[in-house]
This record gives sequence, C-alpha cells and structure tokens, in this order.
Amino acid sequence: MRSFIPREIETLWTLFTAPVVWAFHFVVCYVVMAIACAKGSGSIEGLMGLRLFLGGFTLFCLLLIVGSAYLAWRQWGFGTDTPPHDAPTRQERQLFQGFATLLLSGLSFISVVFVALPLLFIPACMP
Amino acid sequence: MTRPGTRTETMPGAASAGGQPMEGQDPPRDLKAEEARLRKVWNTPGGWRYWTSVNNSEIGLWYGATAFIFMLFAGLLALVVRAQLAVPQNDLISADLFNQAFTLHGTVMMFLFAVPIFEAVAIFLLPPMLGARELPFPRLSAFGFWSFAIGGVFVCGSIFFKAAPNAGWFMYAPLATDKDYAGIGADVWLLGLSFIEVASIAAAVELIVGIMKCRAPGMRINMMPLFAWYLLIVAGMILFAFPPLIAGDILFEMERMFDWPFFDAARGGDPLLWQHLFWIFGHPEVYIIFLPAIALMAMIVPTFSQRPIVGYSWIVLAAVGTGFLSFGLWVHHMFATGLPQISLAFFSAASTAVAIPTGVQIFVFMATMLAGRVIFSVPMLFGTGGVAIFIIGGLTGVMVALAPFDWQAHDTYFIVAHLHYVLIGGMLFPVVAGIYYYFPLVDGKALSDRLGKIAFWLMFTGFNVAFFPMHLTGLRGMPRRVFTYPADIGWDWLNLISTIGAFVFAAGVGVVVIDILRPKKRQPDVKPNLWNAGTLEWLAEPKESWGVRSIPIISSRYPLWDQPDLAEGIKQGRYYLPDAKEGLRETLVTSVLDAKPIQVLRVGGTSMVTIAAAILLGGVFIAMTFHLWTLTILFGLGTLIAILYWLWTGTGAIPEAKEKDVGLGLSLPIYVSGPASVGWWAMFITMVGDGTAYGSLLFGYFFYWTIHDDFTAGLAGPGLVWPLAGSALFLASWVLMLMARQANERDRTSLTRMLLSASMLATLIGALAAFLGPHRYGMDPTVHVYPAIVWVLVGWLMVHAAAGLIMQGFCLARSFAGRMSAAYDMDIRNVTLFWHFLTVTALTTLPVIALFPLAR
Repeated sequence: MRSFIPREIETLWTLFTAPVVWAFHFVVCYVVMAIACAKGSGSIEGLMGLRLFLGGFTLFCLLLIVGSAYLAWRQWGFGTDTPPHDAPTRQERQLFQGFATLLLSGLSFISVVFVALPLLFIPACMP
Repeated sequence: MTRPGTRTETMPGAASAGGQPMEGQDPPRDLKAEEARLRKVWNTPGGWRYWTSVNNSEIGLWYGATAFIFMLFAGLLALVVRAQLAVPQNDLISADLFNQAFTLHGTVMMFLFAVPIFEAVAIFLLPPMLGARELPFPRLSAFGFWSFAIGGVFVCGSIFFKAAPNAGWFMYAPLATDKDYAGIGADVWLLGLSFIEVASIAAAVELIVGIMKCRAPGMRINMMPLFAWYLLIVAGMILFAFPPLIAGDILFEMERMFDWPFFDAARGGDPLLWQHLFWIFGHPEVYIIFLPAIALMAMIVPTFSQRPIVGYSWIVLAAVGTGFLSFGLWVHHMFATGLPQISLAFFSAASTAVAIPTGVQIFVFMATMLAGRVIFSVPMLFGTGGVAIFIIGGLTGVMVALAPFDWQAHDTYFIVAHLHYVLIGGMLFPVVAGIYYYFPLVDGKALSDRLGKIAFWLMFTGFNVAFFPMHLTGLRGMPRRVFTYPADIGWDWLNLISTIGAFVFAAGVGVVVIDILRPKKRQPDVKPNLWNAGTLEWLAEPKESWGVRSIPIISSRYPLWDQPDLAEGIKQGRYYLPDAKEGLRETLVTSVLDAKPIQVLRVGGTSMVTIAAAILLGGVFIAMTFHLWTLTILFGLGTLIAILYWLWTGTGAIPEAKEKDVGLGLSLPIYVSGPASVGWWAMFITMVGDGTAYGSLLFGYFFYWTIHDDFTAGLAGPGLVWPLAGSALFLASWVLMLMARQANERDRTSLTRMLLSASMLATLIGALAAFLGPHRYGMDPTVHVYPAIVWVLVGWLMVHAAAGLIMQGFCLARSFAGRMSAAYDMDIRNVTLFWHFLTVTALTTLPVIALFPLAR
C-alpha cells in the first residue's frame, strides 16, 4: 500500500491540487457538452452516452480530490493538532499547509458536485 | 518561488526564526554614518527629477492619486448620466453624448480605478508589510505607473473631442465594429486599454515575485499577512484573466483596422467569440477588484478588534477558492445569448458555488469582531457598511446566477443595481476604509474623524437611496443604457429618487476629497502606529525613504503585538542589511515556504529610462489609433531601444564580490541565476500570461470549427510542407538553444556563440517557413474568418520569434562584452526559458493549422 501513496513533499503547489481538479472537471464538462451540442443532434438519446461518460469522469475527479484531501489530512498530522498554526516553526507551517489544503479539498469536492448536477437534471442541449 | 523548501539548512546567524538581534559587535558601528549612507542610497531626488523616482512609496502614492482622480472624473460622468435620467423625456444631453458618458464611466471605473488602485495600494504597502526594502523590480513598477497614467489620460481625454468610446464598457460586436456608429472611440478603447493591461501584467509579475521571495526572514508562509495572501491570488488571477482580453483586443483591432472578419457573421465570424473572450476576463475581473478590497478589511478588522484574525486558514481557503471558482462564471453574463441550456447550467452551478468562499470571509470577519472588542472608528464604519452593501449585492447575484431569473432581469436596471451594490460595497467602501486607516503612513498626519463620519453617512445613505430603487425600476422593465424614457410607465419617480441619492452620495465623496486635500501643516503628527496595529507596515517611517532601517526577523503573524523589542531593534539597525556600503539599493531574497535568507538582491534606482520607455510605448498605441503607421514604427523602434538600454544598463550587473555580509554573521550570494533568481521567475510568470493569450487565440481557431459545418468554407489552407518544415526548424532552434546553454555552463565561449548563432538562423528560417505556408496558398484574411484566424496564429508566432531573436542577439552581445560566462549566466538561462514557451507555441500552432483541417 505504501508504494501507492506519494511521499510528503515540500512545496506550495500542493495547495492548489484540488481546485485544479475542479477547474479541469469544469472545462471538460463544458467543452464536451459544447462540442456535442454544436456538432451533434443535441437530442436526449444523443446525449445519454456523454452524460454517463461525464458522470464517470465526475466520480474520477471526486476520487482525485479525496486523494488530495487524504494527503492534506496526513500533512495536517491527521488532525492531532488544532489551528491557528501560527508558531514560527517548520512543523507549524506544514500543519497550516495541510489544514488549508484540506479545506480547499472540501470546497472543491462540493463545487465539483455542484457543476455535475446539471448532467443529472438536464437531458438535452435545449438551445 | 524557487522549488519551495528545497533548502533545509537553518537560518545562519539566528538560533531560531525568532533569533536574537546582534548586540555588541566589533568593530563598534557608527550608526549615524550607516543612516547617512542608507539615506543617500534611497534618496528621492528633488525638483523635476522627483518624477524619475522609482521608490515604491512614491510610485504607490502617484499610482493611487492618479487612479483616484480618474475615479472622480468617472464619478462626474455618472452624475451627468443621472442628471439626464432624473426626469422623463429630458434633453439635457444628446443621446450620443449620453452613450459616451456611460461607456466612459464604466470603462474608467473598471480599468482606470478599480484595478489600478489595488496595484497602487499593493506597491505602497507590500514592502513595509513584508519587511522588505523594496519590491524586486522597482523600475517595472514605475514603468507600469507611467504606462497607466499615459493610457488613462488618453482614454479619458477622448470625451473632450467627442471621440470617446460609445458602445458600452464591454464593447460588444457588431455594434462596436460598426465604423459608422462606433468611430475612433472604439479604437481609443481597444488600444488605450491594451496599454493599461500591459501595466497590470507588469504589476502581477512584481507582486507575485515580491510576495513569494522578498518576505522578511522568518515570515513563513503560515505567518504572511493576509493582505499578501489575497494579493498573491489576485496577481495569479490577473495572469489568466487579462491575456484573453488582450487576445480579444487583437482580434477586434484587426477587424476594425484591416477588415479581418473575426466577428462578422457574413464572412464566417461570430460576435459571440468576443463575448467569450471579454467575459473570461470580465468575470474574474470582478474578483480581482473585490479580493484586494476585502484584503484591506482583513487588515483593518483585527486591528479594531485588537486580536488576531479568527480563522486565518479559512481566509486562505476563501481567497484561493474564489480565485479558482471565479473563472467558471463567465457565461453567466451570456445567459441570454441562446447557448445550450446545459452549458448555461454549468455556469449557473459554479456561480452559486462561489457564494461559499465569499460567505466564509464574511463569517470570519464577524467571528473576529465577536471574539474581540470592536472599536468603531471611521475605517470600521466604512468597512462594515461596505460589507453590508456587498451582501445585498451578493444576494441579488445569487438571483441572477439562476438562468430563468436572469432572462427576466438581463440588461435591465436590476443588473445596474446589482453590480453597483457589489462593486461599491465590495470595493469602494473598503478602499475608503483603507484610505482612512493607512493615511498616516503617507505623511504622518491623520484624516479627520468628524469629516470621516459625515462622509460615511452621506455616502451610505446616498448610495442606498440611489441604487436600491434601481432594483424596482429594473423589475418594472427599464432597460439599462437608454438615454431617456416616457413619462407614463412608472419609471419617473424612481429615477428621480435615484438621481437625488446619487448627488447625496457624491457629496459624501466630496467630503472625503476635502478631508484628503485640506492643508494639514498645523495639525500635529500622529504617534507612530496610531491604531495599535499588529503588522509590520506600521513601523514604516513616512519621512524616510529607505523602507525599513534594517530587515527584521519575524516570528509572529502580528509581530508588533508579539515581538516587543522588534521596533527598537529595527530602528537601531540590529538586524539584516543595516548599511549600504557599496552605495547600492539592496533587499533580501528569502525562500518561499520558510523565508530563509538566500540572496542579497540589488534593485534598480532612480531612472529616466522607465518614463522614456512608457512614453514611447504610449506613442506606439496612440499613433496606431490614428493609423499613423510611420510614426507607429518609429515609436516602436524607440521603445525597443529604450528597453534594450534599460536591460543592458540595469540588469545582470556583475557584482564586485560573490558574497556579501548582510549582518548577524550571515553572508549571502549577490548574483543568482536560474530558478533561484527573481528574474527567472519574472520571465516564467510573464510567459504564463503570454501563453494564456496565445491559448485564447487557439481557442478562437477551434471555436470557429465548432460553429460551422466546414470552418474552412472550402478555402485553401496553409498546406503541409511549410508548416511542418517550420515546426522542425523551431524544434531545431530549441535544441540548439539548450546546447548553447550547456556550452556556456562549461565556459566554452566560442562554442556558445556558434550555437546561439545557429539557433538564431534556425529561428529565422522557421519563422519564414511559418509565413510562407499561408502566403504561398494565397490565404486572404479579409475574405473569410478561416484565413484570418490562421494568419493571426502565424503572426503571433512570428512576433514571438522576432522577440526571441532580439533576446538571442542580446545574449551574443553580452557574451562579446565579456558579461556572460558559466558563473554569470542569468541572460542565457532566462532566454532558454523563453525558448521553452516559444517552442510550445510553434509546435502547437504549425501542426494544428497544417493537420487539423485534414483530421476533422
């Protein structure tokens, strides 16, 4: 199992993992549907397959975000310490990063679900 | 922003991040002499040369004052608009002047006030807040300011010649591409603002590098002032938001000047592409405006609650979250354009999701106020009053985020009310709060409490009286941007109330202006740190221009509250860089995550070249507006020479020693190159913005593919041979460039020069091949949008190849001047970085235009 989980790394970039997944999910949903509606018939039958595909893609993205949340939780020391994490030490700085990343994962998770909802409720392009 | 955290050594000279400042040192220091040297180095010149200063406190002040003046001008235009609408069938001004007035009002408020004022505040405040002497590129800030001032005067001045833009601040095609309706005003808008967008991107580079790399030692990422967190996110947003507009401006101006039909439906174009590009910029723009204002609140609220902010990490969540989500909202400005409803729904969903991080910030402020003991001063009045207004705007925002409601309210006064509630509550009020809060840092005097309170109540009441009725006028069907209306349809008394409110509001703004301008000579200076704030900027000495006497070691989020001896230690020069022995302006560069000192950075000082470059570049844009091509080319050459002179004399200086003693027993390198250097990051950040603009153009190519059955309209493409040959040549030039860099690393000077020259040759022929594709197949960009978009992509590539050639030539010249070697390789490494981006551009553009028409 250990080999699957990336080692902890020291960088600011990990903070943005979950929002980047959100952005990627958003763009893919929009572009796929925009092209399908512009180039295809836009009918209910025509879109069914794509909606299922994007539904699967949504689950995949949610999994990525959960993964990022797990790493963040680990960086946060599995919640053994509580904020504000304002002490001038390397460890507190890491805990802060972990906590902020965890929060962002939560927001991204909700936002991905939000953006995926139209796939559930709107069956056709309906120009 | 070097790969963060790769350095793990402890901070030399300091036992911990809260290390002890030096006490007794030998030989004994002459503090007076140190101060005299520092003062001389950082001196702001007198007389007319005052304007050549590049010091952050002057630039920030000029920037802010200029933006504020533009705001007053745009405010007067709004009063003209409101006066015209006061009564039905009014003939105070003509329809055309009305159109110019509201267009210029919106344009100036957004581009010349809301965005620049935050750049101003950031340039003014960030160095003292982060404990730095300066931002890393002071001359770039100065260049940005002068560009902004020139472009702004040009755009504003146009209305006095009846030549102002008149098609609304978002310049929709085909209205704005119609030369009979939108005359030269549209060109003024496009070119004047492109110039200002350059200034914004310059500011973004400055802010990102400054915040990431110039914090005081010990100011780890978890201890950064929240203002810096917000500004970091905002600067990142600028990089992705402004370039699509620049791309849109290019397409738009090509259509207006040379009749390339990007937005002309008759020749395959589509006005909707402009709307997409504009709003991909325009919606993040709202948050680019809002976040810095709320960042001021994040500084003001803890001070007046006299306690640390509750939920620091939650603010970071909100800033980053808003930054991302705001890019998923642009189509909510286009709900009424007939896009498929499933597309609208994605944007509707994201638009409601963004309410979450926005709400979090407001709850954090409330929690901080509840947990502390709130002092209701003038800044707090403006701050909380602004937030209250903003919340109403936010709630109507959730309403219009729902497509069915938006179809009813679209383009009515309901939207006018909504956007003013958001922008005035979310931006103007907090900015005024910031002015009242930070004014003592300008010259040691405070603004009047009494006048402040009068101003607040006038503005708060006036605002609500003016804008609340607009919700109702909108719901009663009044469209925005009409210059008059009939009497008997129930809009008249609501409009009259709005006009009265607008003048009350303006009176409040007038009181603020009086308070700022009234002479304060006889008023005593306020005590330092007037409000008992906790953050570093309150140590700034308005009468000194060195920024900070010595660069401290920070061990708290609120150092002035938690580090009692800090102020005294800084003043007595007991920390880093207390002297300027070499007579050069210096500041510290620290690591991204833990703020460990890694370099002494020498920054540019007072100079004419920034003004010259800005004036010449302004000349390019202005000459282009009037189609004066010879003058355009001359100004362009002048700009190039000015910038080359600037780079040659002002960057990459070879220091007198490898390292320098910065105090506290620490020696740091002076010359640093590659990813550890600020210059490399500036290039990287600029190219990310540039790449975004390129991506927007490429998006245009595929956009046209989606809207047509055959987007080539049966016209000839650029063929296969030339584009593919071009790709190979660009690839070769990249490989040669990498080899040149490697040869330089081994100090093989003549091989480096040969490889550089070979790479130049490959680039030149590659660019020629790229040109020959569409040229040989006779692609005429005025016939149809397909040849036009191919030409734009090829043109973009060629311009970048030309820029690359100049950079390579610069490296060669440096080499022949004996200023480039393995040890001093900043130039060639930065140019190689540019080459990575150029190669990606070439290897996407050329294969796409060659192969995609076959593959589709």
